[in-house]
Amino acid sequence: MYIFAQRLKITAFVLMGLGAIGLTIGFLNAPDTVAEAQAMVADAHGGHGADHGDAHALDTHATPAHDDEHGASQEDAHGEHLLHQLQNRPWAALYVAVFFFFMIALGTLAFYAIQRAAQAGWPILLYRVMEAITAYLFPASVILFVFLVLTGAHFNHLFVWMDADTVAHDEIIQGKVGFLNVPFFLTRAAIYLIGWNAYRYFSRKFSLAQDQAKDIRNHKKNFRISAAFLVFFFVTESMMAWDWIMSLDPHWFSTLFGWYVLASMLVTAVTVIAMVTIYLKSKGYLPKVNHNHIHDLAKFMFGLSVFWTYLWFSQFMLIWYSNIPEEVTYFLTRIEDYNLPFFGMVAMNFLFPLLILMSSDYKRSTWIIVMAGIVIILGHYIDIFNMVMPATVGDQWFIGWAEIGGFLFFAGLFIFVVFRALTKAPLEADGDPFVGESERFVY
Amino acid sequence: MSSKLVHAVYDDDDTLLHAVKDVKKADYHIEEVFTPFPVHGLDHAMGLAGTRLAVTAFMYGILGFTVAVVMINYIMIEDWPQNIGGKPSFSFLENMPAFVPVMFEMTVFFAAHLMVITFYLRSKLWPFKKAENPMPETTDDKFLMQVALSGDEKKLTSLLKKTGAIDISIHENEEA
Repeated sequence: MYIFAQRLKITAFVLMGLGAIGLTIGFLNAPDTVAEAQAMVADAHGGHGADHGDAHALDTHATPAHDDEHGASQEDAHGEHLLHQLQNRPWAALYVAVFFFFMIALGTLAFYAIQRAAQAGWPILLYRVMEAITAYLFPASVILFVFLVLTGAHFNHLFVWMDADTVAHDEIIQGKVGFLNVPFFLTRAAIYLIGWNAYRYFSRKFSLAQDQAKDIRNHKKNFRISAAFLVFFFVTESMMAWDWIMSLDPHWFSTLFGWYVLASMLVTAVTVIAMVTIYLKSKGYLPKVNHNHIHDLAKFMFGLSVFWTYLWFSQFMLIWYSNIPEEVTYFLTRIEDYNLPFFGMVAMNFLFPLLILMSSDYKRSTWIIVMAGIVIILGHYIDIFNMVMPATVGDQWFIGWAEIGGFLFFAGLFIFVVFRALTKAPLEADGDPFVGESERFVY
Repeated sequence: MSSKLVHAVYDDDDTLLHAVKDVKKADYHIEEVFTPFPVHGLDHAMGLAGTRLAVTAFMYGILGFTVAVVMINYIMIEDWPQNIGGKPSFSFLENMPAFVPVMFEMTVFFAAHLMVITFYLRSKLWPFKKAENPMPETTDDKFLMQVALSGDEKKLTSLLKKTGAIDISIHENEEA
């Protein structure tokens, strides 16, 4: 049985405390009036405008969705738009952080279900680690759903299609109202979340019951529900990606967006599994997990990083090449206003893991995996950042109080929930029929 | 260098793997093992040095990547500048996304083909080469272990018998 180390617990609380402070400052700093917003941007001009490449904040802001309803030269519409962007910033930062840690738990759940459905032998010794990470799914689902309800109740303006005024002047969104309306949006969200959490609940229950069981009935049940869950998951995950992220830009669509988010999700999840495993091993737990298991996780980190790049590039290249105005605006805003995070993310999520995790020996070296893992996790945070921010705050982005605060708060909560869940059950799933295979596993 | 080799024949890869470990443990020198298919973990059990083929593959990949960049820059930008995707920038960097598939394919092509050629050269294989295999059945369903004979012949054969060999014979080492 794992005992929650006091130091780690304190670290988790400190992270949550710092994060809460950062988020509070972020929300307090948001402007209330148009004049305040304009003053803030003027300030940034003199101060550090050059640092983050938004020196032309007042002249060139034009997120695609807003182009239609505001006449380009209307000064007050301009100012109001800027106010909305700056008011959105702490909300968007919160949303990115909530979603990022939520997707780690969800990705781990999918990875776990794949291993269960494939009846894989090697990862049995890691099942309890994965189950602990998916314990975060429930609290994260609640937070995420509350956030979406608040958004639907107009506490923020993240989704332009929720704004009746905008829709009234926008024929493209009017054509999508049958799907993009708040009640249906929340109903769908509830269906996804209930489905995923139900699988997590029963799978964990059967997994624990198998420890004591004399036959393999629980194992078989787990196999069946895992296969069923995967069918449900791959459909709902795609729809979730359209709903929660792609609809931020309601004019734009990409047919592989769901897989693209899935790739991000899986690579981050496997990285976190590897890092938690390495942490536990360094504290003397999981004695039967050896470098073969770590090697396999590192192979998944490497492979899924390349898979992510494949999808990222497929999406980018086709849209870039065809250069159709309504599609390419998505990447224009990212290349012009988000140049550093957009291309920096490719270096962090592709070049770095590709070069460092290519060698077989490096895949067995724990410190290299941890180092690559940190870069991958930060890289995929920026990936989500790039998906959410351009549509919500335009060129008014910055990694500041709210962004760092949000990340730290949910990192702390994630660590607390995950490691508390580890204390709840034995770290080795002894009753699993394949546990011997996992113990003898040689890659 | 001993001048005699003991040939031990096995009919199961698992038995062979254990036999290799036992013979190694008894301090005999294993000259070579012939198997009809790759046996997982055999190289490790025989104490063979790790392959450096992966390093060459990496270098060939970089070579292929470089060739692709130079080639496509010459073809599409310098020799006959092309208007790519309605963006007539005539710059390699700005048109780079369109060239990525070519760079990827050339990297894979060079790495794969040159790696195979390297493997043949390193294994001293070429067309019409006479087979060195001492026992054709090892390409079907038998496994053969060649052990250098040192010391007591009886002791070695009884050890090999114990490891599950189905046939043991002694041959002159022609290479020595």
